[in-house]
Amino acid sequence: MSNYEHHDYDVLIIGAGGAGLRAAIEAKQRGLKVALITKSLLGKAHTVMAEGGMAAAMGNVHSEDNWMVHFRDTMRGGKYLNNYRMAELHAKEAPERVLELEQWGALFDRTKDGKILQRDFGGHRYARLAHTGDRTGLELIRTLQQKVVSMGTDVFMEVKVLKLVHDDAGRVAGCVAYHRANGEFVTFSAKAVILATGGAGKSWKFTSNSWEGTGDGHAMALWAGAKLIDMECIQFHPTGMVWPLSVRGILVTEGVRGDGGVLRNSLGERFMFNYVAPMFRGETAETEEEGDLWYDDHNAGRRPPELLPRDEVARAINTEVKAGRGGPHGGVFLDIGSRRSAEFIRRRLPSMYHQFMELAGVDITREAMEIGPTCHYIMGGVQVDADTAATAAPGLFAAGEVAGGMHGANRLGGNSLSDLIVFGKRAGAGAADYVLSGQAATSLNQAEVDATIKEALAPFERTEGENPYTIHHDLQEMMQTNVGIIRTQSELDFALAELEVFTERVKNIAVKGGRAYNPGWNLTTDLPAMLAVCKTVASGAAQRKESRGGHTREDFPATSQEFGKFNLAHASNGGNWDSPIVTTESPLLPMPQELKALLEEAH
Amino acid sequence: MTDLSTRPEVTMRIWRGDASGGEFQNYTIGQNDNEVVLDVIHRIQATEAPDLACRWNCKAGKCGSCSVEINGKPRLMCMTRMDQLPEGPVTVTPMKTFPIIRDLVTDVSFNYAMASKIPALLPKPMPEGGYRLMQEDVERSQEFRKCIECFLCQDVCHVIRDHEENKTSYAGPRFFIRIAELEMNPLDTNDRREFVREDMGLGYCNITKCCTEVCPEGIHITDNAIIPLKERVVAANYDPVAWLGRKIRRQTKKTSAEAAVQPAP
Repeated sequence: MSNYEHHDYDVLIIGAGGAGLRAAIEAKQRGLKVALITKSLLGKAHTVMAEGGMAAAMGNVHSEDNWMVHFRDTMRGGKYLNNYRMAELHAKEAPERVLELEQWGALFDRTKDGKILQRDFGGHRYARLAHTGDRTGLELIRTLQQKVVSMGTDVFMEVKVLKLVHDDAGRVAGCVAYHRANGEFVTFSAKAVILATGGAGKSWKFTSNSWEGTGDGHAMALWAGAKLIDMECIQFHPTGMVWPLSVRGILVTEGVRGDGGVLRNSLGERFMFNYVAPMFRGETAETEEEGDLWYDDHNAGRRPPELLPRDEVARAINTEVKAGRGGPHGGVFLDIGSRRSAEFIRRRLPSMYHQFMELAGVDITREAMEIGPTCHYIMGGVQVDADTAATAAPGLFAAGEVAGGMHGANRLGGNSLSDLIVFGKRAGAGAADYVLSGQAATSLNQAEVDATIKEALAPFERTEGENPYTIHHDLQEMMQTNVGIIRTQSELDFALAELEVFTERVKNIAVKGGRAYNPGWNLTTDLPAMLAVCKTVASGAAQRKESRGGHTREDFPATSQEFGKFNLAHASNGGNWDSPIVTTESPLLPMPQELKALLEEAH
Repeated sequence: MTDLSTRPEVTMRIWRGDASGGEFQNYTIGQNDNEVVLDVIHRIQATEAPDLACRWNCKAGKCGSCSVEINGKPRLMCMTRMDQLPEGPVTVTPMKTFPIIRDLVTDVSFNYAMASKIPALLPKPMPEGGYRLMQEDVERSQEFRKCIECFLCQDVCHVIRDHEENKTSYAGPRFFIRIAELEMNPLDTNDRREFVREDMGLGYCNITKCCTEVCPEGIHITDNAIIPLKERVVAANYDPVAWLGRKIRRQTKKTSAEAAVQPAP
């Protein structure tokens, strides 16, 4: 270890978005020595891009709301594939976590009587999203960042973690990383490691994810001995920008629809009325008139179908475009300009107004936005214990998007920010309990450290080899085409074969330039993780022969009761990035009778 | 749709180097319609210069990572449209106020160090069921919380842009709006007026409004934060009652560290 910069901590948190920051606060409050590692600057994580709000059944707008309704909405939205215990804890604890943020400096928009204002979103029965305009993620990350800094937590910025390292007994004991600024390696020992690395959308061509969404945490957990579940469940957010090409995929908040925006095809029809699945008919408006009444008074009419869960809306848009009723750039139209005043739009949706004006030259107070589905979120992730966030690898914890189970087959909008704070706190507490129990690791396996560093440096030694950017570009094209929103067996089989070819290509990358702040090298270190994640996604998608939530099979369009009994769980056989992946069925947790009853209640 | 457009090739003059020195390199490259500067930089990385260093994350003007100077003006690369720049070569340089790491990437740790000095929010106790705050009372602070920490205001501020020695005693516009935000937060019980004058160097700012001009979020930094903050500080300094109060309170005044160890209320 003497060769490299080295640090020792009780709790090491990888990732400084909402979940990582919240975990750090919790572990620090328990009196432990805590460090956060982020591969970007502090405050730039993908949480910053969340727009609409965080779901919490506070009942500030509709007093009928409570955790039981939120639990039910989450399970229905997830098509019952969820870890019920996570959905239960999330629904119960989110309100308290939101109130806590105000004490740390968050300033949410207010109701007329001064409470936190809540906004309507898809799949939520009541207006439930605490928000600050359409920049709630910024409010969340800045609040947590400022709290973490005020507590004096150590933050390692622009440090890229390559791999987790075990101790000799096989417990997770730390990690190997490198400083992006100078390319020097650094090792961390820790009694517990929390993964809070976010998502994996950067393997698709059209995505709302930043460069960071490469699935590092998913892959590192897999390699370290944890399991990944539900990886086939990918959320394609229905409303991404489609034009200009350079911004294709950038998110348009669901808040546009929550605040009155509607979807139309090129014929001007509000087509969503034609796509209401039987399970949502009871609670969805049948006519435009009924839907319009609902915005002002939720008892006067049922919710408009534009506010169905995201998987339903994304599939409908896909079908409309395929049927030739799309716009000039392959999307459909999201119209709020004809339905709300310019003043209302600019106040409620300032970032959307700004984003379209600056990047597309479209004034959304007068013109419709052309939008289409964009790869947004991965429901799948590291299998964890709901209460402690512990994974199957001793000493390793996971929270936020990198963890799986909470959202089942499809996540409701607004449930991710609340997921971050509920399970960020639980992961911090779970890791702290583990550390204090005294069973934690104390040494780093030097052979693992050396092997990781050797592998990371290999691309510099090849003078002839592939350009990492070309491989990334080809991977995005391949995944978009074959493992996209609508899937079929032959394409998935093709993708699985292609991913083996990509594995060989990655072994032949040549990196140009030096080690200091070299983005080509950084991308090269991302690609093994991206491939591991893509393999689990394609393999899960090939084996789940049904359609459910964020997994749609053209050849198996129905939802199957049989497939609803288990998650598909992936493990690494060998722990190296190119080791084979073994997929098994992992039965869902049996749900207690009183919670089952909540699902069956006719709301 | 992926075809390059009729837009002409453009020459990008990009500063490349590190702390030991560097020079401009020219890259002549095709363009698509409606591209932003960051798109072109990415294409240069993917083709001619895979090791060209630049920061970026969201590519949507929300994270404030891709700050540079474009034709000498502090801007975000992701929000600067190529078709709105004057014809001819486009010059891209790193932010001048901060030390170079490599190419377009600078060491912005000055800002994080300043942030850590600011006494945190010390809120009134929360009543059962949460605080009651009126929208009009939170709106002033909300404007400052739109800040994406791109640090362009810091880059353009001549107090530190042209005077390295001031960095020890001057926080810069980003942190004046942070302090203004806390001072205007209806829940806060801390008093940072002396702090902003003595430790943050508010007096150095002579309200030239350069910061306001470059803010990509359109925050009225000078008018809504700095000037009101200066007025508060002046009022506190020349009011004998306030002066006496400060002398007495000083014993118990909360520092950043003290504020932080308060248990989460």
